[in-house]
Amino acid sequence: MKVRDLKERLIKYLLFFSALLTVAVTFGIILTLIFDSIEFFSKVSFLEFFMGTRWSPTIKPVSFGVLPLVAGTLMVTFGSAMIAIPCGLLAAIYLSEYASEGVRAILKPALEVLAGIPTVVYGFFAFVYITPLLQKIFPDISAYNALAASIVVGIMIIPIVSSISEDALRAVPKTLREAGYALGANKVKVIWSIVVPSGLSGIVASFILGISRAIGETMAVTIAAGRLPRLVNPLNPADWFEPIETMTAAMVEIGMSDVSGQSIEYKSLFAIGLTLFAMTLILNMVSYYVKMRFREVYR
Amino acid sequence: MKVLTGKKDRNRNRFNDKLKDRLFLILCLLTTVFGLVILSALITFTFVEAAAWLDWQFLTSPPSRFPEKAGIYPALVGSIYTIALVGLFTLPLGVSAALFLEEYSGRSRIAKIIEINISNLAAVPSIVYGLLGLGIFVSKLNMKPGIIIVGAFTLTLLILPVVIVASQEAIRAVPYSLREASYGLGATKWQTIRGIVLPSAMPGILTGTILALSRAIGETAPLIMIGAASSIFSAPKDFFSPFSAMPMQIFVWTDMPRNEFLHGVAPAGVVVLLAVMLSMNAFAIFLRNRYQKKLRG
Repeated sequence: MKVRDLKERLIKYLLFFSALLTVAVTFGIILTLIFDSIEFFSKVSFLEFFMGTRWSPTIKPVSFGVLPLVAGTLMVTFGSAMIAIPCGLLAAIYLSEYASEGVRAILKPALEVLAGIPTVVYGFFAFVYITPLLQKIFPDISAYNALAASIVVGIMIIPIVSSISEDALRAVPKTLREAGYALGANKVKVIWSIVVPSGLSGIVASFILGISRAIGETMAVTIAAGRLPRLVNPLNPADWFEPIETMTAAMVEIGMSDVSGQSIEYKSLFAIGLTLFAMTLILNMVSYYVKMRFREVYR
Repeated sequence: MKVLTGKKDRNRNRFNDKLKDRLFLILCLLTTVFGLVILSALITFTFVEAAAWLDWQFLTSPPSRFPEKAGIYPALVGSIYTIALVGLFTLPLGVSAALFLEEYSGRSRIAKIIEINISNLAAVPSIVYGLLGLGIFVSKLNMKPGIIIVGAFTLTLLILPVVIVASQEAIRAVPYSLREASYGLGATKWQTIRGIVLPSAMPGILTGTILALSRAIGETAPLIMIGAASSIFSAPKDFFSPFSAMPMQIFVWTDMPRNEFLHGVAPAGVVVLLAVMLSMNAFAIFLRNRYQKKLRG
């Protein structure tokens, strides 16, 4: 009996430590990013990093201003949100309000495929097929450009927006819709005045999560948007036709060059990584908060 | 505001409403299939361009500066070795963690913290996991950069949250009555888990794990961060060899200046990668269907 009890307890602890490993991973990420960033910031001031407008880690005079990279990331994020938010929301409305069970059973997994294609393949699509197509419409677009990258990243995150939004819409009780019909509203009116507002917290949460995914996207933007750090302005149409560099693309560029573990470029990887991690973490937390705080509970 | 009185007005209003309904439905349908149509077109282009390049020589040759000699063999082997290791690591870790959360933790505080933590981890960009691998395995533990085992460790941490969540769902789907029957026969908790819960949940766990592995095989950014080779000319010999993986190789090919690479070799590589992923997914679906039949029969 004693041996058996001991074994039971031992197994419980073993399983517990496996579960605890995930917490260790989180701490590992945070500590790794912070420790190497501290070394980076002992050589480059906070002010230079966060306020500097020139990113040039290797070409002299070296400069580590992260703003051009942040601008590049925000540009692609903005562009992809312009595609993913309307498409994702309308797809969610279609799946939850219009589609029959049979159609839904086909379309829902098909949409998930969009998120399952490797990002390097999306980058290949954008660079090899979409950009040449865009060049036929806008002849002065360059081979690397923010527009093609935004299109593929937008397509990639449609399923994130659509599946979470759809869950939110389906959670709205049928009685609310019927109350709308009883007042004489047509279907479009019921959807936009009753269903969407009732599911708004989940919908907004899905937008934020999609945006957070776009910020962390790496390969598609590295391949298609180029590697030229510029302080771009998303509201300036010309900037969409030119190469840019996102935070993630800058990390890939440094990672591909053979940097030694002690060089300042190597340390800058972690400073960018920390910035990226902080941005996505904050967005994920906001998304979680929005979903929980503003959730309408129906019984 | 216009006041509608006459029958004619009312009819026109109803007609407008119907038209709006119909137009909105069409808009919704179009946006739903928008991404799918574009993706299908892109995949079709890729297959057409790959057709002339994808042959036995491509599958069995190392990469080359000359497009007609280039092949994917070392990267293919590298991907398979890495994914095999990732599967070997994630399955026991993921299942153990899921078992703890579902069977042992109850509603404890620590379990809640772990669950929130897992959902947070799932949303961390994959390139950040690459930095974790670089910072821990390469810098702190002094392992060589760019070897298979480091890549496998890094990808394991990346997909662990996904595997845990899938395993939790599979374990939760095992009816409680089965467990009680086992306890009733005098089995201990672990005996019940090993004899009843795990065998019933295993197909679901395997399906989830294979789907997660098929995601891992397409990952590029973490491998770049841990220093995987951008081109390597011989297949890795063991788990401590430097390696390249298929997505890495595709990335390198999209960077090549010659048109034959962009419109021939790279599409062929994409087709091989997608084919491997597709067969993994098909296997996962096959497992799930077989399991569902068994439950019914």
